Amino acid sequence: MLHQLGNEARLLAGGQSLIPLMKLRFANPSHLVDLNFISGTSYIREDNGALRFGALTRHAEIEASAPAARIPIVHDCAAGIADVQVRNRGTIGGSLAEADPSGDWAVVLMTLSTEVRCLSNTGERTVPLPDFIQDAYTTVLAQDELVSEVVVKLPPKGSGGAYLAFKRAAPVYPTASAAVQLTMEGDVCKDAAIALGCVGLTAIKAKDAEAALCRQSITEKTLASAQEAARAAADPQSDMRGSADYKRNLVAALVKRAIEIAVRRARGERVEVSHIYA
Amino acid sequence: MPEAIAQVAIRVTVNGKPHSLQVEPRVLLVEMLREQLDLTGTHVGCDTTYCGACTVLLNGAAVKSCTMFAVQADGAEILTVEGLEKDGQLHPIQRAFGDAYGLQCGYCTPGIMLSTLQLLSKNLQPSETDMRKAIAGNTCRCTGYQNIFKAMQMAAQSIKGA
Repeated sequence: MLHQLGNEARLLAGGQSLIPLMKLRFANPSHLVDLNFISGTSYIREDNGALRFGALTRHAEIEASAPAARIPIVHDCAAGIADVQVRNRGTIGGSLAEADPSGDWAVVLMTLSTEVRCLSNTGERTVPLPDFIQDAYTTVLAQDELVSEVVVKLPPKGSGGAYLAFKRAAPVYPTASAAVQLTMEGDVCKDAAIALGCVGLTAIKAKDAEAALCRQSITEKTLASAQEAARAAADPQSDMRGSADYKRNLVAALVKRAIEIAVRRARGERVEVSHIYA
Repeated sequence: MPEAIAQVAIRVTVNGKPHSLQVEPRVLLVEMLREQLDLTGTHVGCDTTYCGACTVLLNGAAVKSCTMFAVQADGAEILTVEGLEKDGQLHPIQRAFGDAYGLQCGYCTPGIMLSTLQLLSKNLQPSETDMRKAIAGNTCRCTGYQNIFKAMQMAAQSIKGA
């Protein structure tokens, strides 16, 4: 169908970004194909050490899901996106396929082992998330291809994560966000994944910040060098949400807090996390 | 003459009453409610998915009716502020918003009451955080929210006691 409708056709998932973009005339699709009437596209399944999310699974369903709560950082993300109304409509597949630089899911899922299943008339392929998102609002999806499923590997034992987004108010995009997933062995960090949101054209994997923690114990010193590396990895634009400098400082502060929570969760502590409003 | 836009037939149940309607595919749910069904209690505030004045319940879930198309509601049950009262009796949420002065100009109130209903349908003992989260997507420019929280608590008590 997409093949017949041509390049200017768009798929409509939750519509919480696309419909506002159309009203603002930033998007002007020739055709809209509504995916919401296709049954069996909304589910959360645990299977073979991974969670599988149907593309049209709503944020609110993930927020309320017991299997999804097995990865606390996934719950943090789902429970903090925009507001109740938006979470009741918006979908995980739509969020990834839109690839908005300020979107929440890409940042969080970048710290986990995530694959995106893409489906077209001619077949199916599985693309690792870092390869799926190519640029702002740009993915590897071909014109006649859609996201069918998002597959997230369960982190190993001793792993903990946290996602913090800083927002002026619930319904707006964050000013900056940070996702951290750490695997600890005693006091030593065996593996670290750190991603930054809203401070670049895509979610940014802060590799130097990860390296600053790997095989180290988490002390004031290692925390400070991870923060410094995160600050350097961020590439923000000055806009109405704040200056580039402000955002660099903010993202470094969020990384520190997220690391501290991730360490506590890796020890098995229950820590409630919610997005921070200014 | 511009080309006539094809109409799509949909069936919706609004406030318990079934309707068969013809709608243009581009019509938003809020436009259908206000202009075709004359249910003008659902307001349009920002029209950019921010303010929540257009909140209605779609199959029990709060949604911003300015951010979905009417055709997407085909087969759904919708509750608007007009559906809250029963047989001339105000809903406990409506009564509480009056009694606790939970409104001033009233523009945001229909949306806030429906967000409150979604919360109270699952949780009759909401904490302050629960209430703040429940109406985080509803903007009130008058009250400063404190009396809204009082009204939400009062409504919860009243529904529990009923």
